[in-house]
Amino acid sequence: MATALAATNHVAMADLKGKVDPDWCPGCGDFGVLAAVQKALVDLQIPNHNVVTISGIGCSSNFPGFINTYGMHTLHGRALAVATGVKLANHDLTVLVTGGDGDGFGIGGNHFMHSMRRNVDLLYIVMDNQIYGLTTGQTSPTSRLGMKTKSMPFGSIEAPVNPISLALAAGATFIARGYSAEQKHLTDLIKQGIQHKGFSFLDVFSPCVTYNHDNTYQWFRPRVKKLEDDPSYDSADWMAAMGKSLLWDEEIPIGKFFERTDVPTLHGAEPVLDAGPLIHADPRIPGDVTRAFVEELM
Amino acid sequence: MKKTFSIGIGGAAGQGVATPGDIFAKIFSRRGLHLNAYNAYQSIIRGGHTFLTIRTGPEKVTNMGDRVDLLIPLNQDAMDRHLNLLTDGAACVYNSDTIKPGAAAKGVALCPLPVSKLADITRNKVAQNTLAVGAGLSMMGIGFQSLEEVLTEQFRKKGDAVIAENIGIARAGYDYATAHFKQFAWPLPMTETRYAVLSGNTAMAMGGAAAGVKFYCAYPMSPSTGVLHWMAAHARKAGIMVRQVEDEIGVVNMAIGAAHAGVRSMCATSGGGFALMSEGLGLSAMMETPVVVIDCQRAGPSTGVPTKTEQGDLWQMLGAGFGDYPRAIAAPLDIGDCFKIIPEIFNIADRFQCPGIVLCDLLLSEGRLSVDPKDLDFAPVVDRGELITTAASGPTGDGVYKRYKITESGISPRAVPGVPGHTHTAASDEHDEDGVLISDEFTNPTKRRAMMEKRMRKVVGIEAAVLPPVLWGPRDAKVTLIGWGSTNGVIEEACEILTEQGIATNQLQIRWLVPLHGDAILDILKGTQHTIIVENNYSGQFARYLRSETSFVPDGYIRKYDGEPFMPHHIVEAVKEQLSGNTKLSVPAHEILV
Repeated sequence: MATALAATNHVAMADLKGKVDPDWCPGCGDFGVLAAVQKALVDLQIPNHNVVTISGIGCSSNFPGFINTYGMHTLHGRALAVATGVKLANHDLTVLVTGGDGDGFGIGGNHFMHSMRRNVDLLYIVMDNQIYGLTTGQTSPTSRLGMKTKSMPFGSIEAPVNPISLALAAGATFIARGYSAEQKHLTDLIKQGIQHKGFSFLDVFSPCVTYNHDNTYQWFRPRVKKLEDDPSYDSADWMAAMGKSLLWDEEIPIGKFFERTDVPTLHGAEPVLDAGPLIHADPRIPGDVTRAFVEELM
Repeated sequence: MKKTFSIGIGGAAGQGVATPGDIFAKIFSRRGLHLNAYNAYQSIIRGGHTFLTIRTGPEKVTNMGDRVDLLIPLNQDAMDRHLNLLTDGAACVYNSDTIKPGAAAKGVALCPLPVSKLADITRNKVAQNTLAVGAGLSMMGIGFQSLEEVLTEQFRKKGDAVIAENIGIARAGYDYATAHFKQFAWPLPMTETRYAVLSGNTAMAMGGAAAGVKFYCAYPMSPSTGVLHWMAAHARKAGIMVRQVEDEIGVVNMAIGAAHAGVRSMCATSGGGFALMSEGLGLSAMMETPVVVIDCQRAGPSTGVPTKTEQGDLWQMLGAGFGDYPRAIAAPLDIGDCFKIIPEIFNIADRFQCPGIVLCDLLLSEGRLSVDPKDLDFAPVVDRGELITTAASGPTGDGVYKRYKITESGISPRAVPGVPGHTHTAASDEHDEDGVLISDEFTNPTKRRAMMEKRMRKVVGIEAAVLPPVLWGPRDAKVTLIGWGSTNGVIEEACEILTEQGIATNQLQIRWLVPLHGDAILDILKGTQHTIIVENNYSGQFARYLRSETSFVPDGYIRKYDGEPFMPHHIVEAVKEQLSGNTKLSVPAHEILV
């Protein structure tokens, strides 16, 4: 459906410009993610009315307002649950979920885990800045051990979550990490994530220039290494991906960690959807079927 | 006074209380008799004590009634607990091998069945149940044929040998009773009508299917789980996507997602799950995405008494989610109404793009009632409201689509994702007409006020779309009983009994809690003499709500919060107590101890 429309209506960057400009702090990593998503949609020629961008709450969750697609700016932590409902009601739509590390791995952690095991067909982009920004700088689930914030002024004593290992363990079928300062690489990962049939998880380092003084562009630049630069790396190898996911500090891999294509999507596994998206289904159930429902009770 | 006949079956969970209950229910409904069944049970899979009441008769049976005519205790505990319920003309059929009878009241027939002599109990563990069913039917004057039919259906999957064995046992019980026990004074009649027998949960699930629900999701929670079970079992035939979700927060948000994409979407839970959903209710209201949530109330607070009934969630529903927003709340009056109310509330939710809450309770959710199949209308009126599903159907006017356009009705045409030319963002943040977050531009008090007023104007439309309640019974009655939701049937019967006893009583039963129609209620109550509010909770939640909306204060209150429903005599005796001036607040004690 998306490709048929694209043949007649060319999708340009201008079509994807939101009604308002982003109000992120100058230098925020999220600008890079927004530009990469817009570029990916242009490259893939997906018309904006067939895309739903769904977010939770936080700086990065303001994303849907800054891109011209259908958008939902939902509750803190709930974007994946809402997105699952959208996809199941109309699986012709391209569903993008955007949010931050607090939104996704903290308050939304339960939905994160279950959406992955369900293999809901969507791309989940986490703009991971390892801090709570919109609430003015508190420790997040990915804040490093010892990091000092307003909520943990003497340094965090809690180990951070490892989103990549978590996603591998939970059964996500496409797992990647990007860096907002690596535009071309990030755009490519977004395109792959959209095209993957199943749950695509993309963790993006998106530095917070205002509240995170530890994980800055200067800190990331010498550390990030693209997995694609290593020709021997096989992203079909789950064990290798798990090994790579544990690397941190001196060398931090970015790129596609893992992909498998042999798992049915949630909407693909449900025969109720064989006839097409629910949105097009006849609301009336045939009379012989409803008569049988009543007959069971007599 | 209506003629009815009641059977009480008591035993431990796992002893097979349900099966004889189902058999009796089938036989009664096929005789064209009405029935009402209520199971008092504990949150335990094996053991404990359960007591099933089945009441039947040729006229509509709306509640469990006051009397047990036939008691079937499946163990000593059930005999000890319940024999005292029997009065003149009643009988108790029991296994005399294992159960010792207690002291029965005058006129009560004790009917011992020598079970090991009548059946091979080493082969059939539930022989005593089947014998008792056979004996009971003989005493009610019902031919054996009907039991044979039901047993044949019941055991069809297990093969002819099992069918024959069970029919043989039932026959032995039937014949033994014919030879040894006296028949009841009132042989059960027959009528030409045939009824469906269903629970409130099944009714609400089927009502959803009738309303065109295409997405249903839930997290298991008693007493709402029956809705999920029906939906799951019938999903593929009905074309409904049914999902079990990780928690109720996920449930409500997933339902909202599906609704936002354009399908009718429903979920059900109980008070605890609803508490988790309340932030989502606000999301539905703010994004103006209609969703219907069923709350099957159980005794709270907290985990409370998971298998017992209460009307204790009213204020949670009234206050669910922070901030002010339009909502509709309806409480079905009986199990048939559980079906009807779903398409009705979907039309309200869709037209006014707001959440709709169905306030049911365990009594209806898990109780069973005979319903005329004609009342299960699978082609009700479906009004999706101002929904834009194709580019051509969108009233773009000036060429710019504004999802939250300010209108006189407060309703803004809703485009679903996928429609060209209507892209917008629906936000939980306050937003402008075009969906832009107010906080993204600048926090603008004028726009905030305009959007609040736009949404809240829908309240006027919702009120006009729902009929006000009416007074049932003579206007000049001495007593007016006021109730809401599931107490409808028992209050109705209490009114009949009181009126027969010379205390003319009428009834005002509230079905729509929001919109309440306070002015219409005040008009009705203006002419009344002695008003009493009856409800199944401690603090008089409805009485407090009615007073807050109308300043109306009744003359008295009847409340029950022991987990069990009202029986008619509870209300009758309380009314007399209050008329004699002894008290303004009656809390009847429940005599059936489970």
